Amino acid sequence: MGRYVLRRLLQLIPVFVGTTFLIYVLVWAVPGDPFAGMCGERRCEPGFIQMMTEKYNMDENIVVQYFLYLGNLLQGDFGTTFSGLSVGELIELRYPVSVQLALVAVGIEAVIGLAAGILTGLYGRGFLDNLVLVATLFLISIPVFVTGFVLQILMGFELEWFPPVVGTDPSFYDLLLPGFVLGSLSMAYVSRLTRTSIAENTRADYMRTALAKGQPKRRIVGVHLLRNSAIPVLTFLGTDLGSLMGGAIVTEGIFGIPGVGGLVYEAILQKEGVTVTGVVVLLVIVFLLMNLIIDLLYAVLDPRIRYD
Amino acid sequence: MTDPTIATQQADAGGAYVTALEHAEPTTGQPGRPGKPRSLWSDAWRDLRRRPLFIIAVVVILFLTVVALFPQWFTSVDPNHRDLTRSRQPPSGDAWFGYDVQGQDIYARVVYGTRWSLLVGVAGSLLTVLIGGTIGLLAGYFGGWLDGLLSRVGEVFSGLPFVLGGIVILNAFRSTGVDSALALVGMVVLALALLTWPISMRIIRSAAISAKQQDYVKAARALGASPWRIIFRHMLPNCLAPVLVYATILLGSFIAIEATLSFLGIGLRDPAVSWGVMISDSRNYIRVAPHLLLFPAGILTLTVLAFVMLGDAVRDALDPKLR
Amino acid sequence: MRRPRWMAAVVMPLATALVITSCGGDESGDDGDGSGANNSKNETGEITVFGTEPERPLVPGDTTETGGGKIVDAMFTGLVDYDPVSGEPRNAHADEITPSEGGKVMTFKLKEGWTFHDGSAVTAKSYVDAWNYTAYGPNGQQGASFFAQVAGFDQVNLPDPDGPEGPKPAPTPPAKTMTGLEAVDDLTLKVTFTQPHPIFRVKLGYPAFSPLPESFFKDKAAYEAKPVGNGPWKFISRVPEQEVVVERYDDYKGEDKGKIKTVRFTFPESADAAYAAVKGNQLDFLDTIPPSGLAGNIWQTDLEGRSGSAEILSLQAIAFPLYDPKYANADFRKAISMAIDRETITKTIFEGNRKPVDGYAVPKVPGWTDGACGDLCKFNPDEAKRLFEASNFSGRLEITSNADGGHKEWIEAACGSIKNTLGLDCVFVPVQTFGEVREKINAREMTQVYRSGWLADYPLVENFLNPIYRTGGSSNDNGYSNPAVDAKLAEADSAPTEEEAYELYHEAEEMIAEDMPAVPLWNTPAQYGWSTKVKNVRMTPDRELDLSYVEIA
Repeated sequence: MGRYVLRRLLQLIPVFVGTTFLIYVLVWAVPGDPFAGMCGERRCEPGFIQMMTEKYNMDENIVVQYFLYLGNLLQGDFGTTFSGLSVGELIELRYPVSVQLALVAVGIEAVIGLAAGILTGLYGRGFLDNLVLVATLFLISIPVFVTGFVLQILMGFELEWFPPVVGTDPSFYDLLLPGFVLGSLSMAYVSRLTRTSIAENTRADYMRTALAKGQPKRRIVGVHLLRNSAIPVLTFLGTDLGSLMGGAIVTEGIFGIPGVGGLVYEAILQKEGVTVTGVVVLLVIVFLLMNLIIDLLYAVLDPRIRYD
Repeated sequence: MTDPTIATQQADAGGAYVTALEHAEPTTGQPGRPGKPRSLWSDAWRDLRRRPLFIIAVVVILFLTVVALFPQWFTSVDPNHRDLTRSRQPPSGDAWFGYDVQGQDIYARVVYGTRWSLLVGVAGSLLTVLIGGTIGLLAGYFGGWLDGLLSRVGEVFSGLPFVLGGIVILNAFRSTGVDSALALVGMVVLALALLTWPISMRIIRSAAISAKQQDYVKAARALGASPWRIIFRHMLPNCLAPVLVYATILLGSFIAIEATLSFLGIGLRDPAVSWGVMISDSRNYIRVAPHLLLFPAGILTLTVLAFVMLGDAVRDALDPKLR
Repeated sequence: MRRPRWMAAVVMPLATALVITSCGGDESGDDGDGSGANNSKNETGEITVFGTEPERPLVPGDTTETGGGKIVDAMFTGLVDYDPVSGEPRNAHADEITPSEGGKVMTFKLKEGWTFHDGSAVTAKSYVDAWNYTAYGPNGQQGASFFAQVAGFDQVNLPDPDGPEGPKPAPTPPAKTMTGLEAVDDLTLKVTFTQPHPIFRVKLGYPAFSPLPESFFKDKAAYEAKPVGNGPWKFISRVPEQEVVVERYDDYKGEDKGKIKTVRFTFPESADAAYAAVKGNQLDFLDTIPPSGLAGNIWQTDLEGRSGSAEILSLQAIAFPLYDPKYANADFRKAISMAIDRETITKTIFEGNRKPVDGYAVPKVPGWTDGACGDLCKFNPDEAKRLFEASNFSGRLEITSNADGGHKEWIEAACGSIKNTLGLDCVFVPVQTFGEVREKINAREMTQVYRSGWLADYPLVENFLNPIYRTGGSSNDNGYSNPAVDAKLAEADSAPTEEEAYELYHEAEEMIAEDMPAVPLWNTPAQYGWSTKVKNVRMTPDRELDLSYVEIA
């Protein structure tokens, strides 16, 4: 187990370097002079361009730029934005909001998705099953921003049940509506995955054994069936949490949530490679670590899996 | 962003399917059933014909294909004719879906937009499967350091949050000189493929690893067949099934993702007016003229639904565990 | 979901220091509720005001965009500021301004007893040091060129040796201070110009002309962490990309002291989010109603009784890159102007929230009369078609703009109008960021017709013409050059009376319209809204909330 974890962690290093380099080069390749738009409807002062170019090493070759950046990053210095703000500080301010939103979203999708999945899995075949099937397929098919706008206008503006936008310090209730929008797609998957998993496990040998042993039905379903069916669902929820924490650019934008999504989006347009790379590095590492944790969790939940 | 979850989930679905296939492969003859052994595909086909959702999906997709190829059969109105005097007029006998802000006929625009939305979906999923499939076969067959390297490269791309990666790539590749419709579609397709190939690679790779252990591959190798011949003649046909299912669902989600990219201002644009572009254009008017959003979004949802249902039905039919 | 960057996409407006009329202080007592209750609410009152993240640290000489501008304006007061209602310049810290005979020297007498927020005195030296710092090239301050007319500027700020794209480092300027600046004593400042420059007084309200405290020069990092100004509001705290909080400075000696205690400038994720927040009373003032609120004029019902529209010094136009021979024919340019149905577009796309203009400035400018463009700016399909056919233009017309500023709808509508009128294929080519458009324009590589918005620096018709249409003007981006226009503008600049000057500017406008280097379209009034928590809300001509006037309701 320890060796497996170590190997996985070592594998993260090339991925980390590759990702940062890729992002840095891509942002560098975004066309446009990053400072030309900072001076309104006139040319920038030559002194200003000169100072900014030197400060952000823009006069260097891209590879040199990247290694200068990487050097600072390894010392824990995320650099500063063009407006002179510390990128590390910005991440500190905004990342918790994105994480909160992701947690709310995963919570919602887990509750609703599991409930629908268990219901159809256990009492499937029939009207309820088809209803859930069509409803989930429908949720999968609507682009997230359409769901977002429609729910914002319906629930936020017309019915006024939820605040249509979320401020800088959102409460749990504020995040419910955006969390639902963000989680709606995965909610559909969770319910389908649960249903499939239960349907498969119902026919498993251990179920027959338990039944033959004369165990009560409630115990069979509660202990054997649901526990075993939960494994793929839990791993999916974990992976989903990892990717949702990657910032929800669209959802954050619609509901005005100050998370990392908006930060990165702005930074890309401004050609602020330092900010983009800093945030994306963090997101990718979180995503990969999350996957590692899930794989390990998998081994804990399912004794048949052993890593060595 | 929710889009990456499509990817992750489909990876899971694909992965689950692959394991199912591994179990299924040796017992394709379906013991217990009399008569000649049937292939996986003909078995699936018999199953599919009985599924109403599958039939509906196929009909919808065929119809959309005809609309995409011959939009002039379905409307005689110029989709680009602007007339501000009828700006945002609701649906009527003259214009079934009403008029948009610029006074353009929404129905005509939806008809002509079918082509671009479908093109992104089809070309995008083809390219994704092509890239991912090739790399996956190579990694799965040769294994070793090549597998390690390609898998790491795949992780780099799949670790990028999807929409974020799309924004970066499209911004980096865009140049203001690009204004032909096909070039615009090409850029979007390229960005989509670059970000999703690792999933189809993983699906094919695991299929290839299991196929490598099969007797027919061992036999071919013993007979002295070259690696390329083994890969393309023997392994490819047997690894294709799982990734094709994945591609069908991917096709639907690409159409939806294109809409999201257009919404963010980096997807398609005039002259390639897709449904996504229309939805994006309607965003400021949802409260005063909801028909600007509802018609293109409804058609888009219907289309994606058709592809997802198709993929779903095929997957169920191919998965013996669920039968 | 984006920051409304288009607000920064126009030139920084004139600075305000929010002068109020002398009776302003008493007005809270005028309404019946009893002033006592109001005053006590104001005493501790806090309002939240929409803003955008400042692009540079809060140093006035480095601030030329609206996001930082409105905060810097609140924190600093210079020699002159602008009346919040009329926009007229008036003395602030300056007690007396005396131009010398011939106008080459200007002497400022300062008011006594003004202090920075750290308690140190604001002296003539505070101005001299600040201005020298801003003008010195290697400091890279955005406002440097505002000092171009001061004697000795060419010794502290050298032109870039190798063009805007040049990678060569600029040589170090020979001098660090301008010879034209002199602090005669603590309260007397003398400025010498290379040429007579009477209009300098009007420009002085711009933030670049603010004083800086001694502490700034000692420790810039400490200053950036906690900026120290001398204006009616002092800096309290800042959360990056979220908010800047300022508080009333009780020792402020100027007339535009605030009534409420605290102002919190917040930076919502988008104008749409800000709009919803104002509607739900979570935000107290929004200076820009987003397109989604303007559509169908729902802002007027959403914010009934708490919204308004104010004329600002801003004009929307499209400009031709005249260095491209494709656009060389003036008949073609006139045909485009006459093919755009401004009335219908402002009525449908803007719901009547914009008004077509008939000249190269806007009605808010004192002394300006419209009509200079005459028939050339009126929709006239027949004449447009005739001119177009005479011009032999071939190919298609492309109009470009940054995509994120809500310009798509009207440019497409204008294109539709051109296409329907002339049969000329016209498309909108969006560019992702304003910076990219500017880059092409700066390099004179633009091949498409481009959007050209102008927000005047100060309320003079001169500012709408000289920088843009005079040969070599600071914002003459499309290479327009007509010696007759130059001569007319020079004549107007040195006209003996204001009336004569306005007359001459109008004549110059008529001459420009005949050349049609840019097509003026409409003015862009600002629609704004506020929450039920505040009252006495009004907007200054440079699109800022009048902080000295607003009160808690």
